[in-house]
Order: sequence, then C-alpha cells, then structure tokens
Amino acid sequence: MSIRPPSPSRFRPTKAIDQSVLADNKALLEKIDRRGILRGTLSLGALTFLTGCDITNEGAVQSVLTAVSSWNDGAQALLFSQTHLAPTFTEAEVVNPPRYNGALDVEDIKPVDGKTWKLELAGLIGDKKPWTAQQLATLPEQEVIIRHVCVEGWDYIGQWEGVNFRTFLEKVGADLRAKYVSFRCADDYYGSIDMATALHPQTILATKYAKSTITDPFGYPLRLRTATKLGFKNPKWITAIEVTNEYPGGYWEDRGYNWFSGM
Amino acid sequence: MDSKTVTAPPASAAKTRQMHPLPLRIMHWTNAVVIVIMIGSGWRIYNDEPLFGFLFFSETFSLGGDPIRSLQLHGNAGYAGAEQWHFFGMWILVLNGLAYLAYGAITGRFRRMLWPIRPTEVIATLRDALRFHLSHQDLTVYNAVQKLLYIGIIAAVFIEVLAGLAIWKPVQFSNLAMLFYSFQGARYVHFFGMVAIALFLIVHVTLALLVPKTLVAMVTGGPQVEKETKPIMAPVHSAFAANTGE
Repeated sequence: MSIRPPSPSRFRPTKAIDQSVLADNKALLEKIDRRGILRGTLSLGALTFLTGCDITNEGAVQSVLTAVSSWNDGAQALLFSQTHLAPTFTEAEVVNPPRYNGALDVEDIKPVDGKTWKLELAGLIGDKKPWTAQQLATLPEQEVIIRHVCVEGWDYIGQWEGVNFRTFLEKVGADLRAKYVSFRCADDYYGSIDMATALHPQTILATKYAKSTITDPFGYPLRLRTATKLGFKNPKWITAIEVTNEYPGGYWEDRGYNWFSGM
Repeated sequence: MDSKTVTAPPASAAKTRQMHPLPLRIMHWTNAVVIVIMIGSGWRIYNDEPLFGFLFFSETFSLGGDPIRSLQLHGNAGYAGAEQWHFFGMWILVLNGLAYLAYGAITGRFRRMLWPIRPTEVIATLRDALRFHLSHQDLTVYNAVQKLLYIGIIAAVFIEVLAGLAIWKPVQFSNLAMLFYSFQGARYVHFFGMVAIALFLIVHVTLALLVPKTLVAMVTGGPQVEKETKPIMAPVHSAFAANTGE
C-alpha cells in the first residue's frame, strides 16, 4: 500500500477518532436506535391512517411527475440565455472554506492522488489523449466569484479558478453541436449538462478555490463549476469527460432530481 | 313581469346570472387543489434546509413520498419527489392564476365584487364581526373585510410566485432576484408568503364551514344576481333558451 501525501483538507481530523467513545456511550446509541424504531412505527401508523399518503411513489403518479420534470428540462433550456451572465461578487464576500455536501459523507472521501490522476476524454472529441494535472495547469485560467446554490436551499459565494470549459472543449476538438457533456468521477459519481451550459462564458473546469489548490472535499484535482446550475450539477473529482448525443443522466437525476436544474 | 316571462322563464336568465359563474368555480377549485400541492410539497422542500431551527413540517402532512420508502427507492427522503410536485404544480398555479386575473378584469368581477373598500366600512364590519352581528343574508355582496382579504390573498399569491421565480431562476431572472436582497431573502419571502396563504386558508375555510351556503354557492354557482350590462345578444339568447326549454 502506498502512503498518500497528507490531505490538504481542513475537514480531515488530525488524529483518528477514539473508538472508546462508542463503548462509553453504548446506552445512548441504543436509545437512538430505539427512537428510530419508534419513528418507523409511527410512520407505518401514519401510512395506514392516511391511505394513499405515499402517492408520489405510485406508478401512474410518478410517471406523470417524471414526464413533467423532463418537460421542465425543455422549458428551462428555453429560458436559458447563453449570454446572460450570473451576478458576480467581491473577494470580501467569498466564504472559505465553503460548505461541504455530497453523495459521500466528508469522512468517507478518498482523496485523489494528483500525481497519478489523469483526465480521460471520450465520445465526440477529436483529440482523446488524456490530460495530466501538470498539462491542465499550463492552460489559461479564468476566475469566477459566483453564488453556489444547493438544491437543498443553502448558498454561499465561492471564488473558483480554472480553464474556461469552452476553451478546453475547443482545444480538444469536441463537437460543440453535440447535445450533452457527461462526467465520470473518482467516487463513482456521474453527471451531465447540456452543451449550451458547457459553452456559457462562466463555466470552468476549476482547479483552485480562493487562490489555492482545491481541497479534497471540494473536488481536488478537478471539478466543474458552472454559474448557471445548482450545486449537484457540478461534479467533483472528475476523471473522464464525454461529449455525446445520448442522454447520460446523472447520480441525483436518476434519483428523481430535475436534470436541467438551471438557475 | 309580463306573461311572456312566465311561459318562458329563461328570458329572465338573460338578465341575471349566477353569483359564481362556471369558469370561476372551475378556477377556484383548480386553485384549491394546486395550493394544497404547493404548500404540501413546499413543506417537504423546506425540511431539507430549514430556515428556522425549531420548525420542521410533518412528513405525513407534506408531499413527496413516504420518507423511508423514498430513501430506499431514490436515496433521499422524498425531497426529489417534493420538488417534482412543486415544479408540476407551479405551472397550474400560474396558468390558472393568470386566467383568473384576466377573467376578473375582463368581466368586471374585480371592480364589482372587490371595489371600493372604504376604511370606515372596514372598521364597521370588524366591529360587527366581533359582536357576531355580521349579516350573511346576501352572499352576493362582499363586506369590506372580505374585499380586503380577497385582495390580500391575490397579492400574497402574486408575491409568492415572484419569490418562487427568484428562487428557481436566480441567474436568468437576476434582476427580479435582486428585489429580494439575496437568495436567502427570497426564501424568507417565499416562506412568509406561504404563512400568509395558510392563515388566509384557515380563516377562509372556517368561515365557509360556519356559513355552509357559501360553500354550496362555490359548487352550484349560488344565487342569481342581476347582470350589470345589457347583453347585446339578449333576444337571440332568450329565443335559444326558450327552444331548449331549460
């Protein structure tokens, strides 16, 4: 097993969590579990009390909702303007470190080794030669100070730097008339955006946050930052980019969240 | 009344109409359903990132799917489902609302039913209400407090939709979003808009249940009222109505 370089994360505990805490608080933990069971029973009771309470997950209702959600993708694509810029902010408003959120809990993140990491390219791209972190660093950098909005409802101002995504796509000879750009990530997260958003002037492949290399929880070594989409549409720890005309879906989109999710 | 109207009652139907015409009733009940969808799904969405630490909404009475089953099926406690409902309901709310505003303006219903509001009348009505002296004899005329509440709820839903647009599209509608100071500002306005609508609903539904004939009127159309303007096509109408017999 190779020894990883120390993580630059501010969130990683400096020493391992003392397991004796679990033993000392055994009774408390069991109590929490009991509460969970009680809660489950209450929900079951509520279900029988309110028949049809879970109509959302019923076949016919769910297919109508899913159909409207894809219709909303189209409506949002019409509302989207490729020239309308998102509001930008000053350095004084930047939150550092930003709020962490993701499919993984922060302590479950496996840091990516920047030395061996490669960005693979696939699909409708002319030059599919993989990129190393050093090669990416030679590209011109663009800085955006923009609002990050999470689908959950919170937001913060973040300062991101990296190559403009349009510049990158042009450089590798991507087919800019294709419909989708899809992303694969080191943590098996996947996602995709429409080409119009990929070509928006404020969409970048970010390598820095607040002038320093992005830390592990926020996507080291490479993540997407669009100014026009919700947070979960900005994959972290990107390992592969594919340009395609076939709908690629996404991790949260396949779990019911709206695909376009434009702001 | 001449003998003609006795033999052909529909002749009078040309001069009167129902208090709540059919299009209005359809819009009212469509709105009733969609408001429940919007509040129910909004409560679930709120729970994902509460504005107030002390306030969570019951999962049973919010829309988005049973949390445990949703967690098993989709990996989230029904928030995605709630958002699907919210972004489904918003189209119906807005289209129905625009139809209602157009209808109220074109038919003169707003001017007739909701205007004018005189402060002295508002005070008098409130005084009567507190003494339980309010008259419910004539449903077709709204008292000053009713007028005020109905205008208030139209304004509340309007502001609610604007705040909703600012939350949904803070970039595309960035000028609108600026009106709410910040993204969280729009969320607070959207929340308190919901509170205003919910408070209105409590009063509205309670009073409708206390005076059930108002509820019946919103289903059947209610008492006949005089038409304000002379219908241009009156003779044709009465001839047509006479033929159908009614």
